[in-house]
Amino acid sequence: MILLDEPQHSRRTLLPRLHLDWPLLTGLLLLAGCGLVVLYSASGEDFDMVLKQVTRLSLAFATLFFLAQVPPEALRRWTPLFFVLGLTLLLAVLVMGEVGKGAQRWLDIGLVRFQPSEMMKLAVPLMVAWYLAETPLPPPLRRILVGLFIFLVPAVLIAKQPDLGTALLIASAGAFVLLFAGLPWRLVSFTALLAIPVALLLWHFGMHDYQRQRVLTFINPESDPLGAGYHIIQSTIAIGSGGLYGKGWLNGTQSHLEFLPERHTDFIFAVIGEEFGLLGILLLLALYLFIILRCLYIASRAQDTFTRLLAGGLTMTFLVYVFVNVGMVTGLLPVVGVPLPLVSYGGSSMVTLMASFGMLMSIHTHRKLLRT
Amino acid sequence: MFRGAPLRNPQWENHLFRRRVIVAAVFSAALLTFIIIRLFFLQVVNHEHYTTLSRNNRVDILPIAPTRGLIYDRNGVIVAENQPTFSLEIVPERVDDMEATLTAIRELISVSDSDLERFRQILRRKRRFEEIPLRLRLGDEEVARVAVNRYRLPGVEIKSRLARDYPLGPLLAHTLGYVGRIDERELQRLDTSNYAATAHIGKTGVERTYENQLHGSVGYQQVETNARGRILRVLERTPPVPGRNLHLNIDVRLQQTAQAAFGVEHGALVAIDPSDGAVLALVSLPSFDPNLFVNGIDSASYDALANSRDQPLFNRALNGQYPPGSTIKTLYGLLGLETGEIRPDTQIWDPGFFMLKGDERRYRDWRKEGHGWVDFNKSIVESCDTFYYDLALTLGIDRMSEFMRAFGFGKPTGIDLTGESSGLMPSREWKRQAYRQPWFPGETLITGIGQGFTLATPLQLASSTATLASFGRHLTPTVVAALEEPDSDVRTPLTAREVAPVRVLDQANWQRVHRAMINVVHSPVGTARGISRNLPYTIAGKTGTAQVFGIKQDEEYVAEDVAKHLRDHALFVAFAPAEKPRIAIAVIVQNGGGGGAVAAPIARTVMDTYLLGADGKLREEFR
Repeated sequence: MILLDEPQHSRRTLLPRLHLDWPLLTGLLLLAGCGLVVLYSASGEDFDMVLKQVTRLSLAFATLFFLAQVPPEALRRWTPLFFVLGLTLLLAVLVMGEVGKGAQRWLDIGLVRFQPSEMMKLAVPLMVAWYLAETPLPPPLRRILVGLFIFLVPAVLIAKQPDLGTALLIASAGAFVLLFAGLPWRLVSFTALLAIPVALLLWHFGMHDYQRQRVLTFINPESDPLGAGYHIIQSTIAIGSGGLYGKGWLNGTQSHLEFLPERHTDFIFAVIGEEFGLLGILLLLALYLFIILRCLYIASRAQDTFTRLLAGGLTMTFLVYVFVNVGMVTGLLPVVGVPLPLVSYGGSSMVTLMASFGMLMSIHTHRKLLRT
Repeated sequence: MFRGAPLRNPQWENHLFRRRVIVAAVFSAALLTFIIIRLFFLQVVNHEHYTTLSRNNRVDILPIAPTRGLIYDRNGVIVAENQPTFSLEIVPERVDDMEATLTAIRELISVSDSDLERFRQILRRKRRFEEIPLRLRLGDEEVARVAVNRYRLPGVEIKSRLARDYPLGPLLAHTLGYVGRIDERELQRLDTSNYAATAHIGKTGVERTYENQLHGSVGYQQVETNARGRILRVLERTPPVPGRNLHLNIDVRLQQTAQAAFGVEHGALVAIDPSDGAVLALVSLPSFDPNLFVNGIDSASYDALANSRDQPLFNRALNGQYPPGSTIKTLYGLLGLETGEIRPDTQIWDPGFFMLKGDERRYRDWRKEGHGWVDFNKSIVESCDTFYYDLALTLGIDRMSEFMRAFGFGKPTGIDLTGESSGLMPSREWKRQAYRQPWFPGETLITGIGQGFTLATPLQLASSTATLASFGRHLTPTVVAALEEPDSDVRTPLTAREVAPVRVLDQANWQRVHRAMINVVHSPVGTARGISRNLPYTIAGKTGTAQVFGIKQDEEYVAEDVAKHLRDHALFVAFAPAEKPRIAIAVIVQNGGGGGAVAAPIARTVMDTYLLGADGKLREEFR
C-alpha cells in the first residue's frame, strides 16, 4: 500500500532528499497527464492550448518543488505577515480593484495581474492553523470564535467581489482546520442548524441577482433552458450520453460540436464523462481519492499541531474543490466557478493548489527526530 | 471527555487528531460515493434518455424538395419545365470587408437599393455562416461577370435553383395555369411534411388540378450540426421522389394557329376530339405571361393585369358565359324531330317576324324580309329565327330545358381544370327561384334562338358539339392524356369519363341534323359558306350571333353605329370530318359581329392545322 510509507526504504531514495513525496507526486503527475489528454479533446484538438497548459503545469510544479524545500518552521514564522499582506491586498482590490470578468478580482502589479483571493486560499488555513496551534487542543470557545473570524472576514470580502466559488473554498479551508483542531461535534451540529436561517438571510440580503438566479436555475434547470439552465442541461446530457464506456476520445459530440459551454475550463468533467464514460470517471475519482488519502496520511504523520492542522485543512480544501466542481457539473450543486483541480484549463488556481501540495510534502519530509 | 486534559499532551492531541483524520477520510469517501451514485443514475440508468437528447442536439433533419413534374403537349413539346435560375448569395463570415465587397459587386452587376435594403435586413437576422441572397434571377452575362471576378470576392457565391418556367409564355396560360408561392390558406390544407421544402404550389389550371401528381414526395437528409446550427456533414439521405410528368391532349400547334387566327380580336376557342373527349385546344384571348407569377409578381404589374379592360386573367373558355345564340338551333331542331313536333319536310311561312296570340310584340327574324317557306334543313342552313320561335312554342320550356341539360348545358362539364363556370339553362323552377316569377311564353321563344336567359361557356358549346358529332356519346372533356413516371417511360393513360349519353328514338335524326350542318358550310346559301373554299374535307357547322346590346322594337341594329364593346359576339360551332368526326370546335369572337364571317374562318384554320398533312390532304389517321 503506497499510501503508507515504509521508512527504511524511502529514506534512501532521491525524492525525500529533494523533499518530495513520491506517491503524492506520482498521483499529481498522473492526474496532470490525464488532464492534458482530456484538454486536447476539450479544446477542440488545439495543440497550442495544451502547450500553454503544459507551461502552467511546469510553473505549478516548480512552485510545488520550491515550497517543498521550505521547512514548516519557516512557514509558521511567516504566516501572520503573509495573512496580513493577503488581507490588505484583498481590501485594496475592493477599493481600487480593476474590473475583470465583470467582477473585481484582479490587481495589477506592474506587468502581472494578480488575484489576492488566490493568496488567501493558502493564507487562511495557514493563519487558522497558526492561531489554534498556540494553545493545546481542543481549542477553547474564545479561540474558536477568533478562528471563525479569521476565515470568515476574507471569505465575506471575496464573496463580495463577487467570487462565490473562492469564498466557499476559503471558508471551508478555515472550517476544516477548526474541525481538525477538535471542534466539539455539538458545536458542529449547532452551526449546521444555524446555517438554515443564515442561508435565508444571505438569500435576501447577501446575494447578487445573478447568484440568486444560479441557485434558482440549479433547483429547476428546465426553467431557463437556453439561459442560465443551459450549462447544467448540456453538461448532464454530455455525461449521461457517455454511458458506461463513453463515446471515445475526441468523439464527444456535446463538446466537439460546441453544445457544452466552458468545456475546457469549469465543465471539463462533462467532457470526461462523455468521452470516457462512467469507467473513465471512476478511474479519475480513484486518482483523486488516492491523493486525498495520501495527504490525510501525511497529516496524520505530521509531528506538531500547526503542521497537522495545516495539512488536514489543505487536504480537505482539495476535496471541496473536487466535490464542488463535479457536483456542479453533474447538477448536484448550483453553478459556482470552481475549476476541476489539475484538469481544467487555467492558471492561477493551479499554482496555488500545487503550492499547497508543496507545503504538504515539506511537512512530510522535514522531520524532527523525536524520541518516543 | 475533554475535561481534565493536561495543558499540552502531545499523545492526547495526536490521538484526537488521528480520529478526526479517520472521520475526514470517511467523509471524503462518502462525498465521492455520493457523486458516483449520481453518475450511475446519469450514465447507466438514464443513459438512453441522454443519448436521445444528445442526438437531438446534433442531428437536424432537413427536407429536400422534389423536382416538379414536366408537362408536354400531345406531340411531346415541352410546355412547363424547371429552369435553373441563378442568384448571388453572400456568406458573411467569409467576407473580410462587407462594404467593399458590396461596392465591388455593384460595379459588376446592377443591384437595386431595395435589393440592398432587403439584404441588410436579412444580414441582421441570419447567422454568420448562412448564405444570404443579394440578387435573384441573374442573367447569363451577369453570372459570367461575377464568376470571372470571384477570386477577389471571397464569400460571394452564385447559387442555382430550379424555378418553374413556361417556355411558351401566354400561349397556354389559361390551360396550364401557373405555380406561385404557397400562401397561408394553402398552408393550412397542405400536408406540411410533404411540402416542408417546397416553396411553390399550383395555383390554377393543370398545375393546380394535378398538383398531387406533379409535386412528388419530399426527401430528407439528416445532418450533423454544431451548437450554432452550422451543418458539418450529412449523415443520411433519403432522396426525394420527383413528381410525375404530364402529357396533355392539347396540341400546341392548334393553340398557335388559333391565337394567330384571332389576330387582335378577343375571345375563346375550345377544340375537343369527339372520339375520346380529349381537349385539343383551349384558347382564351387576350392571355398573360404565367412566368410573371412564378416568383411573385410585383403589385404594379399585377394591378395592370387585373384592372385591364381586356381582362387577360379572365379565362373566357371556362368562365366566359355567353348567350349561345343560333348555335344551339341544331339541338332544338333535333329535339323537334325526336318528339315528332316537326318532320323533316314540315314547312312554316316566315314573314320576318313571329307574334304570340294576344301580344302586340313582334319577335323579329334576323332577316327583316323573312325567309319565306322554311323547312328544318333551311332553318339550320339560313339560321331562320322564326322557325325556332314557332318550334320553341310547341316544345315548351320544360322539354327544351331537360334536353339541353342532357347535352351538358347549365352544369359544369367536369373538365380536369379548376373553376369552370356552369352557364345557365333556364327552366320554370329556376325562374321561380331566381326571380319569384312564373315563366312567360315570350321567354320560351327567345330561349329557342339561344338568347334570353341561356348562357353557355365556350367549353360547354364545344363539348355539346362533340356530343352531337358522336351521336349522343357524352364524354367529359379531358386536358391531361397521361401521367408518366419520372425517369422511366411508364405512362398511365387517363381516359375521359363517360357521362349518360343523349338517347334518341330515331338514329336517322342525328344524320338529318348533321346533314343540315354540313349544308351550313357547303351549300351556296349556308351562313358559313365562306369557309368552304378549297376545303378538302367536310365540315358540319352552325353559326351564331349573341346579342350584347338590346335594341328596341322599332330600331334596327347597325353594327357601325354601336360601340365595339356593345357589338354582337360572333359564334361558330363545328365538327369535322363530318363523316367521321375527330375535332369539334366552339369559337367565340367577342364583339366580333357575325359568326359566319368572323368566327367560322378561325375554326377552319384550326381544323386545317389539325386534320391536314403537309401535302394539303386529310392525314392518314383521319380518313
